[in-house]
Amino acid sequence: MEHKSQQRDLATSSPNLVLYSYWQSSCAWRVRFALNLKGLSYEYKAVNLAKGEQFSPEFERLNPLHFVPVLVDGDVVVSDSYAILLYLEEKYPQKALLPDDPQRRALNLQAASIISSSIQPLHMLSMLKYFEEKMGPDEALLWGQSCVEKGFLALERLLKDFAGRYATGEAVFMADVFLAPQIAVALMRFKIDMSKFPTLGRIYESCKGLPEFVGSLPQSQPDAEQ
Amino acid sequence: MATIEEPKNKLKLYSYWRSSCSCRVRIALNLKGLSYEYIPVNLVKGEQFNPEILKLNPLGYVPVLVDGDFVVSDSFAILMYLDEKYPQHPLLPRDLHKKAINYQAANIVSSSIQPLQNLAVLKFIEEKVSPDEKLPWVQYHIRNGFAALEKLLKDHAGRYATGDEIFLADLFLAAQLHPAIKRFNVDMTPFPLLSRLHEAYNELPAFQNGMPENQPDTPSSSTT
Repeated sequence: MEHKSQQRDLATSSPNLVLYSYWQSSCAWRVRFALNLKGLSYEYKAVNLAKGEQFSPEFERLNPLHFVPVLVDGDVVVSDSYAILLYLEEKYPQKALLPDDPQRRALNLQAASIISSSIQPLHMLSMLKYFEEKMGPDEALLWGQSCVEKGFLALERLLKDFAGRYATGEAVFMADVFLAPQIAVALMRFKIDMSKFPTLGRIYESCKGLPEFVGSLPQSQPDAEQ
Repeated sequence: MATIEEPKNKLKLYSYWRSSCSCRVRIALNLKGLSYEYIPVNLVKGEQFNPEILKLNPLGYVPVLVDGDFVVSDSFAILMYLDEKYPQHPLLPRDLHKKAINYQAANIVSSSIQPLQNLAVLKFIEEKVSPDEKLPWVQYHIRNGFAALEKLLKDHAGRYATGDEIFLADLFLAAQLHPAIKRFNVDMTPFPLLSRLHEAYNELPAFQNGMPENQPDTPSSSTT
């Protein structure tokens, strides 16, 4: 398995963080964004999903589901972006990604969950590939679009009375960490018309202005292909 | 020490008997000794789109928990809320590594298994591929997830998923094992740990009382 490592010098160095990531994975993107927000440096280890590197025995030991991202922190291995976020939140509490207020806290957990359970798993590349084989690329694309639109409609309703500059107010939290990469994918891959989701669109514009978000972009990663 | 907290107003849970997401929350409420008003939402009949329900939960999902003025949907968010507000029978271990194992197991179920067996997806498979494809599809994703769970938990399990006490992972597992075995006939031979856990959950009243067959809206003809 090819490793391209890169030390990222951000505000605070942390003991031993290693992130297994693929530049185009929106799930890995969430964690890259979160690590940047918390000022945590990490070693980037690329897993080329297009070449099937996720099926190597070494990677399977890290995550038997063969997904990125996987975070390794000393001898703790955490896979799944939602689990990683909650782990990071407790281990490295600087720049909290969950607000203290119970209502907003719950909103952040809900929004992230809608994305990680009800949207992304239904349109991830391996899923789309299956649908393409079974029903052709046009139907598969329509399916992806409908999953995203259904989820975005729910998120728009969930957040519209609470959003400010960001999803749940004036500060970036977990909802934004999940939302911004998802919107980017929605635009790139599914050509979603974001004018239907003005609250989400506004949140996305706010996130795009953050250096922590820019640093997490797929094209900024060591394994990005031109 | 966790104090016993009681709600000021009676809790309400919008639930569907067969919803495994609702099942997770029902078990948690039972474990914490919290009584609640069960408000059935018939997903098959589309009741989640009734104006009254939509007003509370614009997403049209179950479960939804109402605690006085506080409304929260999504099983994960509900469980985290319950655990913070009513700390008796904590759902998470103190040790951060064990906590992370619980989060991972919960998310394997909630992102990699359950969403692929919900009504909307199955309907799509039925219409666009074939009705015969539904069951193999569900079984494939369950087996995939179960294989991952066996590996994740094998060095951490005790009497239950992550040790000798019930935690978050057990709620997600119990709610998923039930339909896997009873509805989708998944062959559990490759999953000895999960099989053992399923048997252990069958012994616990808090779990059994949360199962689909024991709800107020369970159809009288149904056992699963």
